[in-house]
Amino acid sequence: MEFLGSDIVIKCLQEEKVEVVFGYPGGAVLPLYDALYRSDFPHILARHEQGAVHAADGYARATGKVGVCIATSGPGATNLITGIATAYMDSVPLVAITGQVGVSLIGKDSFQEADVCGITTPITKHNYLVKKIKDLPRVLKEAFYIARSGRPGPVVVDISKDVFNDKMEYQYPKEVTLRGYSPIFAGDVAMIDVVVEKMRQAKKPLIFVGGGITISDTSALLRKLVKTTCFPVISSLMGLGCISNDDVQYLGMVGMHGTYAANMATTECDLLLGIGVRFDDRVTGLVQDFAPNAQVVHFDIDPAEINKNVLADVRVVGDLKWSLPLLCEKTMTYDEPSWKNSIAAWNETVQAWKVEKPLSYNCSTEIIMPQSVIEKLSQLTKQNSIVVTDVGQHQMWAAQYYEFLNERSFLTSGGLGTMGYGLPAAIGAQLGVPDKTVILFTGDGSIMMNCQEMSTVADNNIPIKIIVMNNQVLGMVYQWQRMFYGKRYSHTSLKGHTDFVKLAEAMGIKGLRVTKPSDLEATLEEALRIDGPVLVDIWLPGSEDVLPMVPTNCRLDQMVLGG
Amino acid sequence: MKYTLAVLVENRPGVLTHISGLISRRAYNIESIAASYTEEADTTRITIDVEVDDEIQLEQVVNQLSKLVDVIKIVNLTHVDSIHRDLAMIKVKASPDTRSDIVDIVEIFRAKIVDVNRETMVIELTGEESKIDALCEVLKDYGIIEIARTGKIALSRGPIAAKDM
Repeated sequence: MEFLGSDIVIKCLQEEKVEVVFGYPGGAVLPLYDALYRSDFPHILARHEQGAVHAADGYARATGKVGVCIATSGPGATNLITGIATAYMDSVPLVAITGQVGVSLIGKDSFQEADVCGITTPITKHNYLVKKIKDLPRVLKEAFYIARSGRPGPVVVDISKDVFNDKMEYQYPKEVTLRGYSPIFAGDVAMIDVVVEKMRQAKKPLIFVGGGITISDTSALLRKLVKTTCFPVISSLMGLGCISNDDVQYLGMVGMHGTYAANMATTECDLLLGIGVRFDDRVTGLVQDFAPNAQVVHFDIDPAEINKNVLADVRVVGDLKWSLPLLCEKTMTYDEPSWKNSIAAWNETVQAWKVEKPLSYNCSTEIIMPQSVIEKLSQLTKQNSIVVTDVGQHQMWAAQYYEFLNERSFLTSGGLGTMGYGLPAAIGAQLGVPDKTVILFTGDGSIMMNCQEMSTVADNNIPIKIIVMNNQVLGMVYQWQRMFYGKRYSHTSLKGHTDFVKLAEAMGIKGLRVTKPSDLEATLEEALRIDGPVLVDIWLPGSEDVLPMVPTNCRLDQMVLGG
Repeated sequence: MKYTLAVLVENRPGVLTHISGLISRRAYNIESIAASYTEEADTTRITIDVEVDDEIQLEQVVNQLSKLVDVIKIVNLTHVDSIHRDLAMIKVKASPDTRSDIVDIVEIFRAKIVDVNRETMVIELTGEESKIDALCEVLKDYGIIEIARTGKIALSRGPIAAKDM
């Protein structure tokens, strides 16, 4: 039986078990939207294509499934760019379907035409331009396979309008044949033995975990490894929650805003096991002085990550689903008192750092301290929540002060640092995981970058809790201006004229406001009690710094401490 | 240091965009790049000459290129016994006075004259880059009007193909 190209797209989505797509219609995707209408396929209408792509990203991060978004040609597709780049930097599986102008119009500077493949090449794992209907099922099959396998990432499928309107016999390919793409699973077993030997000899070992653990769903194996070895653990921003933050071996986040214990441990350790990390510059500080006393072992699925930023003494290239079970199995045999005793002094040292200089801030009865907002919500919701953030000071405070117990409980734009990510990502997360409380921490700067998506929230009654950390400034830049630019506050004051409660209510969401510390807890509890979306506007001082902080071009142990 | 890579890729639209996009994004220093069809209709062979500081940087280039879905195989021909060739066509001023001198030079270099008119001639030369550079240097004295070069291509000696290495 013959089907229209547009119907074939829907059939492919069904074959891939896609539960929901996020999108925005337009000229080049009109036939596809007609097919969505005919099939009654679940679709969430965003208010901006950037909202659609971030929502698909939030859905993917919260569930581990491939997120799907749809946009029209030209401006629709270019509005996806920031979201695609965000997903690319954090290795999020995404398929973005964009309409393209008719085949005969391509290259003619036609109305709403943009070279989507050209534009997205540096920010996608792969991309396709489909000009013939016969390629459509194969390309979609490959797109989903590439997006989710190996090191995941976004794939763009740009489909000419003519393809949607063409007809053919449809059969979904059973298998993918890609000569140039075979994601690595198993690596060199001998390397695991080398690592175990190094672990055995180490006097000051340290485990450093990152987003790779979440992506590979190996958090349980990591926890087992930590329990067996008694090694201390630090995490990157993307690794938060992979190990429960209340685990005694956990020292906190490492890097620019890392804890004293985590940064000192990195500086002092003699063996660093980097697992699913990419040694980002926000982690390493001055890269040539990163972990200066350590032999570095790097576990990663992507061979191109090895030696990219930090030179590895031992490389274990392969899926963590392959390497971590082997490592656990082999370290078990070393579970003997002499081994644990040899690192006892080191464990005492790192625990002392934890006690000596924990995260701290000055409390006040007059003004609400931003850190206290995070701590309070952590106490109220940590057992069953997903925390989503925007980018800036609130993001770092959330990373520092929220107690993450599980993987996939913290969604944030780590690599690209995209303001405006939070609200749409929270929408996607809540739709993917309806039984958890989704808390969005955002700022009065970030929220405005995609505030139109409050309409999407209201339309679909998505019960997210939007916490606006309102300090009337672009806090992180303001902090840098205070610390490094002689208090020349160039264009970082937001002046505080925007009434976020009214804005929420104008969009169809309940709004609450807190200005005094004494009202904070009751208001947060009220927000959590309300059955449906709520925005809480919390007034905070603009003068607070995110601390500790490692200034640019400094070593990790050269922190500015707070409290 | 300069390295020569043979990159086998899918013969599909967009492949060169992906390769060149990656090179520019990662800020790699490419000295020459030459692409064309091969004995297999669905495969294109790209020879890339890349300038890097050390083997670690070279490994980065190879690993990043390997990640491209279109890239089937990469073989480093730098240390493999192999033949490296570049083809150049050089249009040079040639008056009746200088023509015979140029013909002598062409013979010394085992080059070919492929076009002659009253004022100029076009010389074709195949060889390693250094040989072509040397010919260009000599011809400078007569006045070079324009040069077109293919960029280097390379093939290993012996029976084994790059795809089987």
